[in-house]
Amino acid sequence: MKEIVCKLLVIGAGPGGYICAIRAGQLGVDTVIVEAVKAGGTCLNIGCIPSKALIHAAEEFEKVRHMAGGESPLGISVEAPKLNLAATVAWKDGIVGRLNSGVLGLLRKAKVKIVHGRAKFRDGKTVEVETETGMQVIRAEAVVIATGSQPVELPSLPFGGPVISSTEALSLPAVPQKLVVVGGGYIGLELGTAFAKMGSAVTVVEAARQILPQYDADLVRPVSKRLGELGVRVLTEAKAKGLSGDGGALVIETVDGKEQSLPADKVLVTVGRKPRTEGWGLDELDLARAGHFLLIDDQCRTSMRGVYAIGDITGEPMLAHRAMAQGEMVAEIVAGKKRAWDKRCIPAVCFTDPEIVTAGLSPDEARAQGHDIRIGQFPFSANGRAMTMLAEDGFVRVVARTDTNLVLGLQAVGAGVSELSSAFALAIEMGARLEDIAATVHAHPTRSEGLQEAAMKALGHALHI
Amino acid sequence: MGEFTIKMPDVGEGVAEAELVEWHCKVGDPVREDMILAAVMTDKATVEIPSPVTGTVLWLGAEIGDIVAVKAPLVRIGIAGEGGDTLSDEAGEGGASDAVTTTETVTASSPSFQRGEGGSQGRMRGAVGSEQAKTPPHPPFGPLLPSGEKVNRAAPDALAKPLASPAVRLRAQDGGIDLRQVSGTGPAGRITHDDLDLFIARGSQPAAPAGLARNTSVEEIKVTGLRRRIAEKMSIATSRIPHITYVEEIDVSDLEDLRAAMNRARKPEQPKLTILPFLMRALVKTISEQPGVNATFDDNAGIITRHGAVHIGIATQTPAGLTVPVVRHAESRGVWDCASELIRLAEAARTGTALREELSGSTITITSLGAMGGIVTTPIINHPEVAIVGVNKIMTRPVWDGVQFIPRKIMNLSSSFDHRVVDGWDAASFVQRIRTLLETPALIFIEG
Repeated sequence: MKEIVCKLLVIGAGPGGYICAIRAGQLGVDTVIVEAVKAGGTCLNIGCIPSKALIHAAEEFEKVRHMAGGESPLGISVEAPKLNLAATVAWKDGIVGRLNSGVLGLLRKAKVKIVHGRAKFRDGKTVEVETETGMQVIRAEAVVIATGSQPVELPSLPFGGPVISSTEALSLPAVPQKLVVVGGGYIGLELGTAFAKMGSAVTVVEAARQILPQYDADLVRPVSKRLGELGVRVLTEAKAKGLSGDGGALVIETVDGKEQSLPADKVLVTVGRKPRTEGWGLDELDLARAGHFLLIDDQCRTSMRGVYAIGDITGEPMLAHRAMAQGEMVAEIVAGKKRAWDKRCIPAVCFTDPEIVTAGLSPDEARAQGHDIRIGQFPFSANGRAMTMLAEDGFVRVVARTDTNLVLGLQAVGAGVSELSSAFALAIEMGARLEDIAATVHAHPTRSEGLQEAAMKALGHALHI
Repeated sequence: MGEFTIKMPDVGEGVAEAELVEWHCKVGDPVREDMILAAVMTDKATVEIPSPVTGTVLWLGAEIGDIVAVKAPLVRIGIAGEGGDTLSDEAGEGGASDAVTTTETVTASSPSFQRGEGGSQGRMRGAVGSEQAKTPPHPPFGPLLPSGEKVNRAAPDALAKPLASPAVRLRAQDGGIDLRQVSGTGPAGRITHDDLDLFIARGSQPAAPAGLARNTSVEEIKVTGLRRRIAEKMSIATSRIPHITYVEEIDVSDLEDLRAAMNRARKPEQPKLTILPFLMRALVKTISEQPGVNATFDDNAGIITRHGAVHIGIATQTPAGLTVPVVRHAESRGVWDCASELIRLAEAARTGTALREELSGSTITITSLGAMGGIVTTPIINHPEVAIVGVNKIMTRPVWDGVQFIPRKIMNLSSSFDHRVVDGWDAASFVQRIRTLLETPALIFIEG
């Protein structure tokens, strides 16, 4: 097969890779993208998008089920609802499919050549791709490694049989009666909550002292409370030992060192993700590493000239929007623009019930960096819109420097607060001070008023508390 | 908690005030007994002030560079116990002499010694590490605006990124501008589009590849300590003394031959001779015949004091600036002795270990820039002396001996005199006598 020669080769068409390729194409760079599975990567196919679809369906189902229980203060009564998970999964697959073809369309529109197959480096400028029709060699001036990450497997609980990863959990044919989730991070809790709402008896096993260990206790508290309401059992400081002999239960060691058997139809293991460093010829390149990740500089350059890396392979936070921003930057660098990573924050959302959103520094992080800070926190229990939505749990919190009132961080927990992420990130990127937020008119009645009130609170003149 | 007040000690010599040159503590610092708290400098000496008590610094009475009167409160230290009593350390002369460590200096003489090495801070003791001296008076960034208005930047940001909106950052990247070099006038020091426009208009793009760029930076250096003493002495010397400077060419070929021979034959314990010990001996011999130049002139009292002793000040460059250690009683020292004493004093001055009497009391001064080159200097008299002798570089020059040009080693001597008390004729006679002695060096060693 004839060699392809191009200016830019992107390996992996996840959110980092496809954005990089589209932007490069827009800038007139001769670009090829290689994808082994499906365009959109983990995020679009087996991550962000399908999980949000399932979470939404579960939420709707739970609401109706709640009303059917005759407890709705809204005055709505319905007959007991039924869930056909196969239909839900089919609907979800439809969304994924639409987005798949959307990404491919955008790539074509940007005149990016798409090669399907598994890429393997021959050297820093040359890649071999096993395609359906044979070996394709691609030579490029610049190569972007965007191979992403994959779920971490526990040696004692290898995937297979009843032990599943998030990928399988998104395509189950039926709702498992008893689900044990190993790992109380955001992926485990998002999916665990969804299955609880769909009717599973869910137990979460977490090794740390708190679920969502990366968040502070105040942010996690409303989530823990809601898990309790949904009947999810949370076992912290507990370790998964393996399946029982008949495979029908998970054996754990509890905090007091005792073994306990948790009956389970499915065991969902969500103990983290690791960079995908194998299977594409990393050994041929001998790139410098930062732990398990590839080492990059502020222009996403690896230790080899002309070889860039973006996304989950380059480290935490492993988030699609970080990869996208990196991809865009690298495309512009390859096109000859002067660019360097200068972001002040990467917002993060946890789609639990209620949602958690963070941007910038938490109070603890700010103090650890030596800042003298003031904190403003506004509870949704004092927010009219939250009351009208029957979701008053949670708060908005702002962290600012005492000397200049510069906003260092913003956090919120509450129903639907994921949409506050744009306001949070914008405030921090723009270098907003507390006064900027406090003096901006926020529409009433919305949850976003909580942001304004939190800033006012930090300035000492909140109006509604 | 009791309070203990340390006052500016009387450092003697009728000094009424002293300049604070260094703090070794700040408010809130715990201090132990005998820990050095501050350094003050008088005309003559740097004095370190130790704490007589153990406690916590509550108050500092002066800023670096301030002139503080003797007996004025300098430091207040909170001490445990002692009820509400306020103690104070009335450090009298006796007490102070035990409690303080003294280093002394005299500042004087040739301005041409100031070749930029000297610090602006009067740090007499090289060992005294001072953050003050290491910290530039202005931060490296945040240049002044054209109006001179100081930009109030926020404290260094822990995110280590300049505060600017994404659009401003993008423009800066496109323009190759390092935003850390741009002063932000917005809230919390935020860099606005206008700040960027101004920066570009001023043409101070440090990233510009061309090597030539305008530098609009200014640096204010507070003149304190030794530098201030030097400045004051130079002002007095030039404003009060009408200088006459007389330059003569001296053939030192024979002297150089003699010097080389003596160095070859020297004993292991003897130092290597430079030209200075010979000049010192020549001075001594000339002064014995013309005592008018070895004098100090108190112009307020209208009295000239002629000295029998020839105490020769040697202008010496030290890391802190110009100092003048003194070879005492040169009239009693031979060439080898003069050479040894010169080496010892120069080392003591450079390391800041010279004693008070080694840094004061000269009756005439030698300044030597010979090694640097230069054909003539206009030395400034070490007030209240009346004469200073400057040594220039020895160079081999063609000299007409009546038949032919022959190569000779020629050295210029640039000497200044206080014209109020030394007439031109006397000055010329003095230098000519030195010339005779140096050109026929055997005369230096002949008695009588």
